[in-house]
Amino acid sequence: MSQMFIQSDHNIFRKLLLLNWGLVALIMAVTSIGLIALYSAAGGNVDPWASRQFVRFCIGLTVMVCVAVIDIKFWYKLTWLIYFGGLGLLVFVEIKGHVGMGAQRWIDLGFIKLQPSELMKIAVVLALARHFHGASLGQVKRITFLIIPAMIILAPVALVLLQPDLGTSLMIIMVGAGIVFMAGAPVWLFIGGIIATGLSIPVAWQFLHEYQKKRVMTFLNPESDPLGAGYHITQSKIALGSGGIEGKGFLQGTQSRLNFLPEKQTDFIFTLWAEEWGLFGGLLLLGLLAMIFGYCFRIAFRCKHNFGRYLALGLSLNFSLYVFINISMVMGLIPVVGAPLPLVSYGGTSMLAALSGFGLIMCCHVHRHSKVTR
Amino acid sequence: MAFREEEHIQSFSRRAIVIGILQFLGLGILASRLAWLQISQGSKYKTLSDKNRINIRMIAPLRGEIVDRFGVPLAVNVQNYRALIVPEQTENLKDSLKKLQKYISLSEEMIERIIKESKKKKKFVPLYVKEDLTWEEVAKIEVNLPDLPGLLIDEGETRNYPYVESTAHVIGYVRAVSQEELTGDPVLTLPGFKVGKTGIEKVFDLDMRGRAGAVQEEVNVHGRAVRELGKKPMESGKRVALSIDGELQRFVQDALSEHKSASAVVMDAYNGAVYAMASHPSFDPNMFVKGIPQDVWQSMLNDPTLPQTNKALAGQYPPGSTFKMITALAGLEAGIINSKTTVNCLGSFKLGRGKFHCWKKHGHGWMNLTTALQQSCDTYFYDMAVEVGIKRISEMAKRFGLGEELGFEIKEEKSGLIPDEEWIASRLGKKWQPGDTVNATIGQGYILATPLQLAVMTARLVNGGFSVRPWITGYVGDKYKGADQWPKIEVSGQYLKMVMNGMDAAVNTKKGTAYSSRILNENVGLMAGKTGTAQVQSITAEQRRLGLQNKDLPWKQRHHALFVGYAPVGKPRYVCSVVVEHGVGGSSAAAPLASKILEHVQIRDPASTRIHSFEISKPHTGKDTENKTFGPFLPLKRTVE
Repeated sequence: MSQMFIQSDHNIFRKLLLLNWGLVALIMAVTSIGLIALYSAAGGNVDPWASRQFVRFCIGLTVMVCVAVIDIKFWYKLTWLIYFGGLGLLVFVEIKGHVGMGAQRWIDLGFIKLQPSELMKIAVVLALARHFHGASLGQVKRITFLIIPAMIILAPVALVLLQPDLGTSLMIIMVGAGIVFMAGAPVWLFIGGIIATGLSIPVAWQFLHEYQKKRVMTFLNPESDPLGAGYHITQSKIALGSGGIEGKGFLQGTQSRLNFLPEKQTDFIFTLWAEEWGLFGGLLLLGLLAMIFGYCFRIAFRCKHNFGRYLALGLSLNFSLYVFINISMVMGLIPVVGAPLPLVSYGGTSMLAALSGFGLIMCCHVHRHSKVTR
Repeated sequence: MAFREEEHIQSFSRRAIVIGILQFLGLGILASRLAWLQISQGSKYKTLSDKNRINIRMIAPLRGEIVDRFGVPLAVNVQNYRALIVPEQTENLKDSLKKLQKYISLSEEMIERIIKESKKKKKFVPLYVKEDLTWEEVAKIEVNLPDLPGLLIDEGETRNYPYVESTAHVIGYVRAVSQEELTGDPVLTLPGFKVGKTGIEKVFDLDMRGRAGAVQEEVNVHGRAVRELGKKPMESGKRVALSIDGELQRFVQDALSEHKSASAVVMDAYNGAVYAMASHPSFDPNMFVKGIPQDVWQSMLNDPTLPQTNKALAGQYPPGSTFKMITALAGLEAGIINSKTTVNCLGSFKLGRGKFHCWKKHGHGWMNLTTALQQSCDTYFYDMAVEVGIKRISEMAKRFGLGEELGFEIKEEKSGLIPDEEWIASRLGKKWQPGDTVNATIGQGYILATPLQLAVMTARLVNGGFSVRPWITGYVGDKYKGADQWPKIEVSGQYLKMVMNGMDAAVNTKKGTAYSSRILNENVGLMAGKTGTAQVQSITAEQRRLGLQNKDLPWKQRHHALFVGYAPVGKPRYVCSVVVEHGVGGSSAAAPLASKILEHVQIRDPASTRIHSFEISKPHTGKDTENKTFGPFLPLKRTVE
């Protein structure tokens, strides 16, 4: 009890010193790549994207530090509020939201278009981490214990599917499954799950929207309709491939500058970067991201309590899933699902969500010795 | 509890490492995919990306000019101002065009055409609104540009015909490409591109078209040009130099215009070069370039005088008395007549139950060949008809270029008609009657000839019997297209001389039918020729009794007036044929025109000047001997004595 008191009594400056400044530097480096790419996307102009992105980054950085220095027990206690608040917002957008991209996905708060599904990903990680925090290994092995985690995961998944946003629901399932796996759930559960998923694909196909089916179909054969639905993938591959090893050079990305590349400032920002900077640039960005993963991994391992471990690794998994999905998408490995590259793509919500996530990860580090009680 | 805690941590560590490995594996997959795309697929995608961003834009070639034999331009390219509109920049295309109507004349059908076109093209592609804006219109638009968003004034080249209606039939005109004319040549799809539709413009369309240039442009995804990468200049089309004399052409056209409908050909008796070819009424070819208004077009189509038709080539008329030289030659060659043969003309000729009238009611009295041609006595020719027979006459006519197409460059020419027994059997299913031959001797009945054929006939009569054919193209680019030498026809020079004497007498002696039209200008040579008055319908007994004057009949029933002639008399160089449709009388309507024309052509003397070649400095090749062979009035090939 006393130790907990002492831990929570760290003053703000000591906590700041405890922050993972290396991770902050890595985040800054990745964001800078994003800013350079956005500057190029606007044809060598800070407007309209790079300048705003920078402002958002500054705000996000402040939020991140705040989140990191706030006592982890506060977040622990706040978990359910965040989770159910997020669910409430999802219901809210379902009932009364703006219609955009054929799906209702955001709430306009004036300064930012909040996507509750982004918030929900963090909330699910928080909720699962809290649920498994106090559980013993024996408990986790019992299948009945997993009913609540399943509900934690499936409730938002169901709501997100209603939007409909297949990509995000799949991501929530994967992150959730990752935490359940880390917590020690029986391995056969996952193997069985994977088999069951494979078998259910033909059934799920029936429930997909027409545009989603089309995306999958054109993914399987993008050249079949180069000017239609396969356009994005084809153009993106052309941009990447024509970049070559050395790239076309800063501001020389013809594909993106001439608007052949769709959504170049958001989902296809990686393409723009790799077209102009080539394989070297692409590998540099991937390398920085790998270092971030590694950093998060280290934080999770050094953490002394389960809540922190699950939270840090869960959020890192969430971040890395974004990276995989976005980059595989632009390289034509998976269908176009419309996921941004966190920290790099232009967009307020994704920037804020990513930095809040890193805030929580750092919070786990700063408060790694805290005694978090159930 | 502690032990289980430890176990829990170990379990977490194992599983966390599994996830970590998966994360790095994922990154590894991304990195290798990136390397594959950028290294081994690099060059493939590089070409794809170039194709994506490089667009080839064509530059319209400059159309080759058409000049006359002196190098005077007959068809040129002039700068014009055109109004273009970019639909993307207008709020509403139709409203903008309606607004434009306030400043320039723009018909509803034109607006409809533009709107129709706009639906086929991308929104940023400028559309042609109107060509050939006047200065006033340009100024009005410029002043009101703020009020007319999307409107542009563009400068371009357009075809112009400075001789206007004088050369309309020969030169023809260019017009916008029609759907059927799209041959796949990409240049045809250029906005505002025009192709030759008639006349020389059509004949040498491909030569004059030239080759389009191209600009390589970097474009964005919408096809909008961002930067120019490379340029291949266009190649102008070839210049075409004609044998005609523009001034003479205009003179002839003006001369014809005193009649309702007429045509004339002036050509060289020796080499066949056409110096002038006119058909009246004419039209303004520039009107077709700009886009002819529907009502003007309709009225041209309905006009009985056929302003669109080149009647010098495509008008077919009974040659009337101008045919008598052919009959005479046939008679002479058959030995049925000779220079001493005389016939007493009493005003008519009886054959079986048929009675054939001479134009002179009470007869000419005793006639020989020369006086028969001089006074155009019909009876003299009627008399030999049966003995000579249609076979000899038609055969002779064909030797002189009648009844067949002459292979003139402008393909609008008609073949005329020289009938014989086979023809009447196969085409009309009738048997040839001796009376038909009687009619044929004076160029009536079934016989038809075009003014061009009559000119060729005359040329072959007076050049010593060389089978000249007409041509009008001197040079296409630097290639000589003219002709100088023609094979001999089998005909006795002596007979030709006898016929020419008759033609001389017809013009230059008091009793001649064209005496009043003889050339009085002493600076030029005299002309010789033969009048012709061709009946359009037979004169009824009633009309004959009433002595009804042909000129009092409705225009369509009046006789055609014809004249064929040459000058100068002693050394023929120029031949001329004139046909005045329903002009009543050859001596009253056609001969005066021919006289004016043959006088003027001698003053102009186009034969003394070589056709203007493109490269003046280039030494003449042996083939271009037009001038070396024949000096003015000094034909080397003359065999007529």
